[in-house]
Amino acid sequence: MAEDVFKALADPTRRRILDELAERDGQSLFEICTRLVTKHGLGLSRQAVSQHLAVLESAGLVVSRREGRYKFHDLNTEPLERVMTRWLKPDAAEDIS
Amino acid sequence: MRIHITSVFVDDQDRAMRFYTEVLGFVKKHDVPVGADRWLTVVSPEDPDGTELLLEPSGHPAVQPYKTALVEDGIPAASFAVDDVQTEFDRLRGLGVRFTQEPLEMGSITTAVLDDTCGNLIQLVHTKA
Repeated sequence: MAEDVFKALADPTRRRILDELAERDGQSLFEICTRLVTKHGLGLSRQAVSQHLAVLESAGLVVSRREGRYKFHDLNTEPLERVMTRWLKPDAAEDIS
Repeated sequence: MRIHITSVFVDDQDRAMRFYTEVLGFVKKHDVPVGADRWLTVVSPEDPDGTELLLEPSGHPAVQPYKTALVEDGIPAASFAVDDVQTEFDRLRGLGVRFTQEPLEMGSITTAVLDDTCGNLIQLVHTKA
């Protein structure tokens, strides 16, 4: 689990996606793509952004939800707290599952 | 060459007529019966001789999967220019319109994306003067 979080955070584009979701939760794929292009000059294909989102989702950092016919993405910071506790509170052992 | 007509596929032409005129503020240009459906177009009151928007029936089997996929990813079917996106956002939200993207400033342009209640997302846009 911790491995997935570090892998997800290792990529600068994925960190940008998290930055943008931290600014506003509940974005569609279109809005995320738009923000990456216009605010950061990252002209990725929708498929590429989808794949980045899938990595973030499998690490639990992004949660997608359906609301009627729409699909929105939310930031979930809970896995970050878990991986950082390892150094901030050294008593807590690493989750090696 | 110039754009004469562009279209959106609408689930229900009556409901589309109401939404595009009473809510968005377009005016009806043509309304001609064609079999079970109508040749139904609207124009902007600011430019009655300008580009017409055809409210085209969604009956063709290819249309529904296309619309569903666009809406799920938040992709607008059309984009309309307004003087100020934030003002329109406030006005339309007051009328109960659902937005999938709130006003977003992106350099020289601002956009927002709304649901037209007929199966499409519509983008509003203005360019900074």
